[in-house]
Amino acid sequence: MCLAIPVQVTELLEGDTARVTLDGVTKIISLALVEDVRPGDYVILHVGYALNKLDPEEAAKTLALLADAGAPA
Amino acid sequence: MTAPRLRSRKLDVKNGRVDLSHGSGGRAMAQLIADIFHDSFANDLLAQGNDQAVFDIPAGRMAMTTDGYVVSPLFFPGGDIGSLAVHGTVNDLAMSGAKPLYLSASFILEEGFPLADLQRIARSMGAAAREAGVKIVTGDTKVVERGKADGVFISTAGVGLVPDGVELSGDRARPGDAILVSGTLGDHGVAIMSSRENLQFETQIVSDSAALHGLTGAMVAACGNDLRLMRDPTRGGLAATLNEIAHQSGVGIRIEEDALPIRPEVAAACELLGLDPLFVANEGKLVAFSSPEAAEKLLSVMHSHPLGRDAALIGHVVADENHFVQMTTSFGGGRIVDWLSGEQLPRIC
Amino acid sequence: MKYVDEYRDGRLARALAKKIALAAQPDKSYRFMEFCGGHTHAIARYGLEDLLPANIRLIHGPGCPVCVLPIGRMDDAIKLAQRPGITLCTYADLMRVPGSDGQSLIKAKAAGADVRMVYSTLDALRIAQEEPRRQVVFFAIGFETTTPPTAMALIEAQKLGLKNFFAFCNHVLTPAAIQALVGSPEAAASVPIDGFVGPAHVSTVIGTKPYHAFAENYRKAVVIAGFEPLDVMQAVLMLVRQINEGRHEVENEYIRAVTVDGNRKAQDFVARVFEVRDSFEWRGLGQVPFSALKLREEFAAFDAEKVFDIHTVAAKDNPACECGEILRGVKKPVDCKLFGTLCTPETPMGSCMVSSEGSCAAHWTYGRFRDAAPKQRQAS
Repeated sequence: MCLAIPVQVTELLEGDTARVTLDGVTKIISLALVEDVRPGDYVILHVGYALNKLDPEEAAKTLALLADAGAPA
Repeated sequence: MTAPRLRSRKLDVKNGRVDLSHGSGGRAMAQLIADIFHDSFANDLLAQGNDQAVFDIPAGRMAMTTDGYVVSPLFFPGGDIGSLAVHGTVNDLAMSGAKPLYLSASFILEEGFPLADLQRIARSMGAAAREAGVKIVTGDTKVVERGKADGVFISTAGVGLVPDGVELSGDRARPGDAILVSGTLGDHGVAIMSSRENLQFETQIVSDSAALHGLTGAMVAACGNDLRLMRDPTRGGLAATLNEIAHQSGVGIRIEEDALPIRPEVAAACELLGLDPLFVANEGKLVAFSSPEAAEKLLSVMHSHPLGRDAALIGHVVADENHFVQMTTSFGGGRIVDWLSGEQLPRIC
Repeated sequence: MKYVDEYRDGRLARALAKKIALAAQPDKSYRFMEFCGGHTHAIARYGLEDLLPANIRLIHGPGCPVCVLPIGRMDDAIKLAQRPGITLCTYADLMRVPGSDGQSLIKAKAAGADVRMVYSTLDALRIAQEEPRRQVVFFAIGFETTTPPTAMALIEAQKLGLKNFFAFCNHVLTPAAIQALVGSPEAAASVPIDGFVGPAHVSTVIGTKPYHAFAENYRKAVVIAGFEPLDVMQAVLMLVRQINEGRHEVENEYIRAVTVDGNRKAQDFVARVFEVRDSFEWRGLGQVPFSALKLREEFAAFDAEKVFDIHTVAAKDNPACECGEILRGVKKPVDCKLFGTLCTPETPMGSCMVSSEGSCAAHWTYGRFRDAAPKQRQAS
């Protein structure tokens, strides 16, 4: 499981919801399961809910690690 | 010769609705046909007012096709059931290399359907037909009780003329042949899904619904028999079309994921819903198979046409007794592009 | 797509593949189970196995909640949908799953049952509010990723005082399932699993803590991996290193979304609404203790099992079906006599074929060209 995808929050809306975007496709989702989300943040979206915030620093670390695989051993 | 005046009062298009009298063959039906269909489709053959259209057949071979249109919603970004009906029928003819000439249009109307919507659809069909240079020359109208049709169903037939020497067929693909697509994949299906209430996402994607006979005409003229076949990947998407052809021709197909033209928004919408763009419908695109030598020329001809700007070479035909359609993924690994048994459904897993 | 495309980079994949090939010791064989159906799907869909050396084997585990739903529970859902006055809301994944007698939700819908596909529990709630005369039952399935949304819907329904919204709860628990795989007597006798590729989004909710028990008690390496193919490859590399170095720890590759504690807010909501069942039947695994959830007494008015008096009748799989062995990694899809003959995605016989990420379905849909294959069946 489970089909979940990182999307960017563009606008906070009432009722603990937000507008999010993925490459120009927008959707309104629930923020009830997360805290402290601001426009510009990325969240993991699953069945209409944000499950978690994506940590950009940790994401960068992972990418660096993966790219490092390209460097000679 | 004009038909005698049938109406005393104009049809109330703004507020009126289809009722059972419009299908019963009487004056109400004649008025509906005249005010909405004749008005929108306007041509000499239709204006004769007969139950059939009689025309000369130029010497040569004719192509004929038939289609049913039941799309929901009826109006979607980039088109409606009417324009879709014209484009779809024209395209089925165009894939044989034919020049489309005449269409018929049969309407099953649901009791209660707003006349304003019907007029909008009819006008859209008329415009699509004029733009495509075809005439809607005969038709039929029936009305069914409320609940027995989804607003309106349209059934069409089309005839066209196939030039001498053109032999395009799904069984002509041979190992080594090049496979091309005329543009971006998945636009229509995503546009439709975005208008469906229960999926609730917003996008700028519009349907790619378009008449392709100008493009196919140029392709046939440039490549002659080096062009093996063309087909438009509608329901079931590119995957269905490639599998059909692999089976019809008794070959295998190998394509490259990186070569597939897909708009970022379409890719994103598919990610959100758990869909694969390969299985999503297109209504203004074609797949073409050509000899390897003619591929470059064919691509160049396609690029020169407005409907082929994003054309791309996506793969080749191989010998394969299993008739597999295989794809090298953008990741470098291999996978099959299978033939779906039913409609692709969004998933959570 | 940001945070997605970067983790699908083919160039990095080839470089990582080389590193994995170097790290894998030629005299060793490595068997890693990837538990999450999403991983199964990613591996098949990107053709990841083509990039790994032959001595690394990825075994597809029972992490697909559609696959492990027993036939009897599917029958319950179909029967619910067929009752007049009931609107059954379901995720699309379940529409084609066959129950007994070849029935399914999509067939029931064709025969007139009010079955509605929804993307989210929020849609089901909305339907209940908009159609007060319908009794709206949400068919709840899924692991810990999908449970919080069901919890939120029930809390909201309670707040709104809805009298026509219910959940038919089939939520299951990941740690219990892994326990059933490694802890059973059969496990000791069967193909040893050296390590686990831990689920991505389950872990965003439950954190990395729950996996320590397996690492320690059963001496298995665990690496929580993100959803994208590069994440999976990186996790494989980390697992290979653990095995080489004789370690059996819990490592986290998906650091951009998974923390040690997970999402406490979501966990609290779930704990408020659900409690653990003593036992639950899993298709292919049999009865597994403490592996599934039911609604707490406080939410009894929303519990479809209580309100509609559901008594599940267990139904058996085809005796030739090898799903149980396949789910535990003992057999491969091609080892099953039914695979590709009686059992295809159109006519699934067992759990591994019913959902697009069951190992048989994934293999058939994406990978069967690798077998010395029988001729592909003509699709109609």
